[in-house]
Amino acid sequence: MASSIRVRAVENGGVTSLKALVRHPMDSGFVKDSAGNVIPAHFIKVLTIAHKGKNVFVANWGPAVSKDPFLECRFEGAKKGDELTISWVDNEGESDSTTATIA
Amino acid sequence: MTDQRRRGFLKGMLGAGVAGFALGSGIVPLRVEAATAPDASDWPDKAFKTPGVDDTIAELYGMEASESDKITMDLPTIAQNGAVVPVTVETSLPNVTGIALLVAKNPNALAAYFDVPEGTLPFVSNRLKMAETTDVVAVVISDGKAYKATQNVKVTVGGCGG
Repeated sequence: MASSIRVRAVENGGVTSLKALVRHPMDSGFVKDSAGNVIPAHFIKVLTIAHKGKNVFVANWGPAVSKDPFLECRFEGAKKGDELTISWVDNEGESDSTTATIA
Repeated sequence: MTDQRRRGFLKGMLGAGVAGFALGSGIVPLRVEAATAPDASDWPDKAFKTPGVDDTIAELYGMEASESDKITMDLPTIAQNGAVVPVTVETSLPNVTGIALLVAKNPNALAAYFDVPEGTLPFVSNRLKMAETTDVVAVVISDGKAYKATQNVKVTVGGCGG
């Protein structure tokens, strides 16, 4: 199965700009389906971006983050060719992880 | 396409599918996940279940936030679709360690908060759901103090209903 995370990281002038798109339903627990049953909450709780084993960004998400969440952040101290690890875990214990190379 | 070529094509697809499945269920990705799955045990359940902006800030950071004009928020003033509202926050405040996004009229105000370690710029862009026309509040922790900025978004179609 393809990874649920799509990442693009670009280094420019010492600052790395990272854009990540995760495929996830992000159900809030407030929405009902067509039969009137509440769709249980199912959302990503924590997403981390690590560079050389150190977290450079940690997102703590609640159910109010949109479906298929998008995140952009910027950090210093990385260079072109470095590898980043992006991982998430949701409220049902599912998780995924991917690596990306800074361009 | 001749029938024979079609057979070959299908066979190839099947092979690729099996290989993909083997990879997906195999040892390699599992090991990666086990090694890097983030720890959600610190996730602040209570803060994410608190209605009201000020109460949530108090619950999350244990302090009150003062208004600041050094926080730049970039978001639409009118959102056609409340399910996807792009919100960007940037600040010129020094020594930022955290950024939080709150939606005042959502059932639970806190939408997301971000840990900003040293070396990471105080910038974040995220997409949020909001139920109705509401204030969006950005909270920035700078030098251990909390600052906030507010902007109103007019939502024409809510993002939390069915």
